[in-house]
Amino acid sequence: MSRIVVAGGGPAAHRLVERLRTFGHSGPITVLGQEDFPAYNRVLLGAVLTGALRPDDVELPAAQADVRVGVSVTAIDRHRRVVRTDSGEQLPYDVLVLAVGARPVLPDVPGAERMLPVRTLADCRAVSGRVVVLGGGVLGVETACSLRARGADVALVHRRAHLMNRHLDAPAGRVLAERLRELGIRLRLGRDAAELRPAGLVLDDGEVLAADRVLVCAGVVPETGLAADAGLPVRRGVVVDDRLRTTDPRIHAIGDCAEHDGQVPGLLGAAWEQADVLARVLTGGDARYRGARTVVRPRGVEVASIGPVERLADPDAEVVRLSDPARGRYAALALRDERVAAAVLVGLPEAAAAVARLHDRDQPAQTDRLALLLGTPVAPRGAVELPADQVVCRCGHVTRQSLVAAWRAGARTVAALARATRATTGCGGCTDDVARLCASLTDDEEQEGAA
Amino acid sequence: MPERRTVATHCPYCALQCGTRLTRERGVVSVRPDDFPVNRGGLCRKGWTAAELLEVPDRLRRPMLRRGDELVPVGWDTALDTIADEIERIRAEHGADAVAVFGGGGLTNEKAYLLGKFARLALGTSQIDYNGRFCMSSAAAAGTAAFGIDRGLPFPVTDLSGANAVLLAGANPAETMPPLMQHLTGDLIVIDPRRTPTAERAALHLQPAPGTDLALALGLLHIAVVDGVADRDYIAERTTGFEQAWQRAVAWWPERVERVTGVPVRDQHAAVRMLAAAERAYVLTGRGAEQHGDGTDTAAGFINLALALGLPGRPGGGYGCLTGQGNGQGGREHGQKADQLPGYRRIDDPAARAHIARVWGVAPDELPGPGRSAYELLDALGTENGPRALLVFGSNPVVSAPRSAHITQRLSCVDLLVVADFVPSETARMADVVLPVTQWAEEDGTLTNLEGRVLRRRRLQDPPEHVRSDLRVLHDLAVRLGEPGHRYPTTPRAVFDELREASAGGHADYSGISYARLDSGEAVHWPCPGEGHSGTPRLFLDGFAHPDGRARFAAVEPRDAACDTEFPLTATTGRLLAQYQSGAQTRRVPALTEVAGEVFVEIHPDTAARAGLADGMSARISSARGSAVARVRLVPTMRPDVVFLPFHFPGAGRANLLTGDALDPRSRMPEFKASAVRVEPEVAG
Repeated sequence: MSRIVVAGGGPAAHRLVERLRTFGHSGPITVLGQEDFPAYNRVLLGAVLTGALRPDDVELPAAQADVRVGVSVTAIDRHRRVVRTDSGEQLPYDVLVLAVGARPVLPDVPGAERMLPVRTLADCRAVSGRVVVLGGGVLGVETACSLRARGADVALVHRRAHLMNRHLDAPAGRVLAERLRELGIRLRLGRDAAELRPAGLVLDDGEVLAADRVLVCAGVVPETGLAADAGLPVRRGVVVDDRLRTTDPRIHAIGDCAEHDGQVPGLLGAAWEQADVLARVLTGGDARYRGARTVVRPRGVEVASIGPVERLADPDAEVVRLSDPARGRYAALALRDERVAAAVLVGLPEAAAAVARLHDRDQPAQTDRLALLLGTPVAPRGAVELPADQVVCRCGHVTRQSLVAAWRAGARTVAALARATRATTGCGGCTDDVARLCASLTDDEEQEGAA
Repeated sequence: MPERRTVATHCPYCALQCGTRLTRERGVVSVRPDDFPVNRGGLCRKGWTAAELLEVPDRLRRPMLRRGDELVPVGWDTALDTIADEIERIRAEHGADAVAVFGGGGLTNEKAYLLGKFARLALGTSQIDYNGRFCMSSAAAAGTAAFGIDRGLPFPVTDLSGANAVLLAGANPAETMPPLMQHLTGDLIVIDPRRTPTAERAALHLQPAPGTDLALALGLLHIAVVDGVADRDYIAERTTGFEQAWQRAVAWWPERVERVTGVPVRDQHAAVRMLAAAERAYVLTGRGAEQHGDGTDTAAGFINLALALGLPGRPGGGYGCLTGQGNGQGGREHGQKADQLPGYRRIDDPAARAHIARVWGVAPDELPGPGRSAYELLDALGTENGPRALLVFGSNPVVSAPRSAHITQRLSCVDLLVVADFVPSETARMADVVLPVTQWAEEDGTLTNLEGRVLRRRRLQDPPEHVRSDLRVLHDLAVRLGEPGHRYPTTPRAVFDELREASAGGHADYSGISYARLDSGEAVHWPCPGEGHSGTPRLFLDGFAHPDGRARFAAVEPRDAACDTEFPLTATTGRLLAQYQSGAQTRRVPALTEVAGEVFVEIHPDTAARAGLADGMSARISSARGSAVARVRLVPTMRPDVVFLPFHFPGAGRANLLTGDALDPRSRMPEFKASAVRVEPEVAG
């Protein structure tokens, strides 16, 4: 029975163990997690920051493995197939999975050591008062919004001219910025931190933002040191193939530390997909990881970025744009062969759901693109024929025609029409319609009588 | 018979069991709705036209026996002797389990009870199950696990009238039980992949992809907890297992749920807000959520939500499921289910076996053990170790079973197929022996409606000359098989009195309910453990039916979604207002077939255009299991990735030609509601 050792105890490692057990791996699995907690859902750290959840609320179910917390792998001996840990242990493996994640980037400025990253549960204590969020990417926007929603005084500092610049085009970034301003978040775009002083965060133009806490959301760097030391190929991340395998067939990498096809998605969804594929591979299946179909959807704000944003500039794509800054709505949708190549969506909650699913499943988009973006029913092409005889009461299948006939035959009240036709006697939902019809027929007759 | 006769009875169709007054005057029968609590004078087109069922032209009027390709009329003795002889032969050669029974959720309590007794004693077989397995089993399994007792609605229907918000997950009562809508006057939150008539009346319609309901349920639970609207005091005082359930839901944050289900994050939040803000709120599930390979977990997911909001077991709140068939509730309580004995007892519980054996006057070890579930039973017919004879009462599996081409083929492989029915259903047409039995207005009995209220069905008129009651048929067959006749009473009242004794002490305890009490107009909901007991309209107010009195959260997780390039669409199936179940009854009523006379497929205009289909064209819908033909109906509100077929129609239009054999691991419910399909024009010839 093969012994699987997983370096790293985050959500990717957790998912891998769960899937391995689902797919029938019954051998020993050891999980070595650097943090002092068992696996938890990192996506919910914002809810811990705001105090909506307690730290132990975000834990994932106990994994069916030998899970050790507060233990780091310090070296891999590929020759002897053992890993060494900082507790001095040596653990033999048949299969080693690197799921060591990424570490947050802190700015290289004086006082940075007093800034807090938003990466691990240990980083996150309930925050209140005046908060400056450094970095306007997905995590920065999410964090700023969730703190603001809980009443904190929030400023957001971003080096680039528009927010979420890796995932949004400039107009979308602008609409998003306006939305954040409406929420009461002070934005400082195109600016960077220069120094953290007791008085507050000094920006590169000299402005000082008063701050009880500075949270850093300025990106992460994959943890590759362990792999590099072991002589495994490393670029931005640990390089893996479609089977999530490094050049050593016994060593795999998944999640935020892994680089596949030049990409380090850095998204929990992608890490879980990789865990699923690797679990299949390790249990003898024939699965392949084909790269992530990325959907970036910050929590707490109606923004979605679907697929690579560069594709919005693809000259061969059909691009549909909708700009409605007054209502905070913007969409850019690029289609190739009717399929979603990329989209950025702000303030269009229905579209985010529908477009992301089309993209995930590579299915053709509906022809009424505006209806797709606005979430309205599709308008049929050409003329629509109204049914010759409209059904007023579905339960009894009573048509307008038969109600009129009954009225002419003397059924002049709703009750009489009900007796004559059975309309209104099912769910009762058409009672108002029948009453209106009855009234209008009566009016018509009175007018005719008067004329 | 007097010139004019009127009886108070109930509609022959769905589980709402609307009260009706049936009048026979100069040979003509008419229906009027009664001012009964569930329908308050309302009735749908099926109910209004129910009297036409009594006069269908092809009513079965004589027993029939197969001679080659034909069914020819014979006398009762010939028919019953043939059946008994063949059963004796098969039993002698292959053992008692070679003879199987398939019942129905439309049978009265008395018939369901006696059928179960007949199977276990006269046939000595473990092989009995019924079509309710295809209907209520997932909600039943989830409800029993959560609350200790499964009763569709653990409160009277009329309680819904006071609700400010009702969540309907996979239920379409505006179409399937219209008079119920009178009670749903608060804000409705409807979860349905289609924009159904119910969804059109909703304050909020969530339109998930078929098969993703559990992810949505977990997402709603997630929001309730993160947004701080979960009822922590209730969870602490009245439940167990919240932590484990939450640890599953923790991974289902709204944006992930949106991606999996297609339901916008904003709408998920709105749904939870509406439920949490309502002073009186209910969560109800229907077949759309339950008829899946993970239907039990899905129902449990919605129960979790209701528990987190502190609804069940409180006045003005709760969880329930909307039972489908007329006696879907009673039908699952009295022993026609493979794993159960009367009184909703487990057949593998020694105390339950001892009790029933005593009532039946046999030794406990004479009772067979649990048998195959419905699909597994049908699938095993005619196989090496499977049954070689099948007796069908009140069911039409050729149309209603999943993977119907395969099941039809299995049915053709048995040595003996017996069907007792009052119309020549598709299954009856395949039978070796057909037995003509009474229908609703020709018989007395009881049914138990969706709220656990026991109702009297009353006889208005005599059956046609050679038609006999199911009770008499079972009696006569049992005697031929060597049983003492007194074990099989032929009057409903006598059977009911025995059922009362058998159910005493069980979950569904009917011992205090009598025909006399019901005939006096008393409203009695089970459990009713004694003549002096007034019944239990509301369960769980003082505690749930587990030993510790607490409800159980379930730690549930959705299945992985598959995406199939060969079959890129998802077909889902359901009911129409003007038809009922396999359509065997309603397709014979002209007033209903003129409204809904043939199968159709609802499809988004773009999806149709891409497949080369236009409105009114004939389409072939294919899955890995088979293909069906249906007329195209363009519906702009459909999800582009979903098509819908009603399942009431026979032959090449059977929606169940598409459905597969994946079964829920706990309830053994087949996956009816999501089949991977493709569509194309049907080329004639």
